[in-house]
Amino acid sequence: MTSIAGLRDLRRRTVPPKYIPVLVTAGLFLAMFVAGGIRYENFATGQIILNVFIDNAFLLVVAVGMTFVILTGGIDLSVGSVVALATMLSASLLKDGWPAYAVMALVLVIGAVLGLAMGAIIHYFEIQPFIVTLAGMFLARGLCYTISTESIPIENPTFTDIAQTRINLGGDLSVSPSAVIAVVVVLIAAYVLHYTRLGRNVYATGGSEQSALLMGLPVARTKIAVYTISGFCSALGGLLFAFYSLSGYGLSAVGMELDAIAAVVIGGTLLTGGSGFLLGTVLGVLVLGLIQTIISFEGTLSSWWTRIFIGLLLFVFILLQRVFSGGSRRRTP
Amino acid sequence: MSRILKHRLFWPLVILVALLALNLIFTDNFFKIQMKEGHLYGSLIDIVRFGAPLILVSLGMTLVIATSGIDLSVGSVVAIAGALACLRISGLSDQNSVGGVLGAVGLALVLSVVLGAWNGFLVAGIGIQPIIATLILMVAGRGLAQLITDGQITTVNSSPYKLIGGGYWLTLPFGIIIVAVVLALTAFLTRRLALGLLIESVGGNAEASRLAGISARGVLMTVYAFCGLCAGIAGLMISSNVSSADGNNAGLWIELDAILAVVIGGTPLSGGRFSLSGTVLGALIIQTLTTTIYSIGVPPETTLLFKALVVTIVCLIQSPAFRTKVFHRRRRPMTARPAAEEKVRVSA
Repeated sequence: MTSIAGLRDLRRRTVPPKYIPVLVTAGLFLAMFVAGGIRYENFATGQIILNVFIDNAFLLVVAVGMTFVILTGGIDLSVGSVVALATMLSASLLKDGWPAYAVMALVLVIGAVLGLAMGAIIHYFEIQPFIVTLAGMFLARGLCYTISTESIPIENPTFTDIAQTRINLGGDLSVSPSAVIAVVVVLIAAYVLHYTRLGRNVYATGGSEQSALLMGLPVARTKIAVYTISGFCSALGGLLFAFYSLSGYGLSAVGMELDAIAAVVIGGTLLTGGSGFLLGTVLGVLVLGLIQTIISFEGTLSSWWTRIFIGLLLFVFILLQRVFSGGSRRRTP
Repeated sequence: MSRILKHRLFWPLVILVALLALNLIFTDNFFKIQMKEGHLYGSLIDIVRFGAPLILVSLGMTLVIATSGIDLSVGSVVAIAGALACLRISGLSDQNSVGGVLGAVGLALVLSVVLGAWNGFLVAGIGIQPIIATLILMVAGRGLAQLITDGQITTVNSSPYKLIGGGYWLTLPFGIIIVAVVLALTAFLTRRLALGLLIESVGGNAEASRLAGISARGVLMTVYAFCGLCAGIAGLMISSNVSSADGNNAGLWIELDAILAVVIGGTPLSGGRFSLSGTVLGALIIQTLTTTIYSIGVPPETTLLFKALVVTIVCLIQSPAFRTKVFHRRRRPMTARPAAEEKVRVSA
């Protein structure tokens, strides 16, 4: 990896500082991929990257929603539970004989409504997002257990079809429909964030809520919208998770909110809000996925090393953020 | 009357009393405390006893939140402390030797303080936002705990170690005594000495306190290290109660419960002031809620639903915005309040 001095040099010459965290993440991803390719056979193939997409499609969608929330300076702890709730709901409704598409629509609406409710409470009653989404997390997880404490298998033909379909991309490459959905969500979200009024408002609110308010921007609508988007994305992530695991279980996706937040931070988005890119989040998810792939290729490393590596990465990236984007900000004494 | 209504501990107390009253109706002998074989028994004792780890973690969390910080890593520290102590004890030739157990406990507590100080270093030394700084240890810590126990659940068979979480001393469960000692010590340090004032001033405005000559960095380091220590003691209690260490599940979500306890107790997340008695009340509310759900026969899987409900109600009642919007009549007497709130927010 480039030395810190080299990066500083880079910064002075051409690249605007706001791109540096994303570039560092991209560099890290490439470095990991190359190192893996040198170390293991059959690693440096396109299918490995596609597999990362396939195995992490749900996390990618959830992280997209989380990016919106974090860009406004908020946080959403409920995503993991909403994912679990979505899988539980689909599994139990399908078991009762509901048509597949009605189930999907209902699950998405419920996710969005949950997010909307949390956003409204956060904004109108001025309670910290942390606490409100924590309550949302308990609520969604509790609803899961109320539906059933057992794992419910999904046998609906539409769901199993989607789970088993592989779309051929030519050569030996193929992806699952879930990965395609995830990529589409990323593209739509990137368009919304960078080319629409809502996206501008999200950045403005995150940069300074007070200033955004004084400029006459619809802060209330924006704040509620991002939590609704996050709820919707979590529900969609839950559907993708249901395709992936073909079952609903109340204990699934425990701690996914941490993975999503980690992906967003590694992708270079500031947790204080107002600065960051969706591309960074995608790279963050890819880096997390690649760590898991490498650990499974290594074979002898136990699974808990994943957590330790993610922790280390978080540390390095947060330090980098301090060096590059946080340098001019207020220093805590 | 209105002064009582406005006391910050009023609503938490009402909730706790309401929960206890619910038990009075649904459970026989709920308030009965018995003496069996020289030990005190009873539902009330059990609530305090099983709530002891949560109270400890919440105490540390209160001080951290008072500095307008937050510590997400306490759950991981709980797991690490338990894992290390159990590992050391299981390696002893005589698991019942008091010296060996004391050594293991001491080592685990030192490590907890070091982990807390690491958080403090990230926050005060490097200037990272507390929520992210402690997120690092929260994510990595579970991995570390599993690394220590090698992914297994380490069981020990040591009577001195069992005393910490499951034993009795002077007719009381030992855990309650530990909590009482730590609480008394914390209250003395923060309310009788200047430390509490320093913590509140750093929470109110770190930069201003530094200019006023307070070593904000030192205060922050102390507070995070103390929070680590509290989590470590709680971890020892939890693992000693079941005589084993489970790196995956020990102290899972205790950070969320602890933050809830602090918030329910009336300490604002924006920092600048804190209430130790409120925190203890908050932790007791959470534990009573869990006990109540079991004792009145609601299926345990709905525990989380009830928790969500109570959290929402308590937070709504405490939110000034909610009160002005819903109870319009009370708006006038509360005019002084938003101004004070505003000051806190600007400085945070």
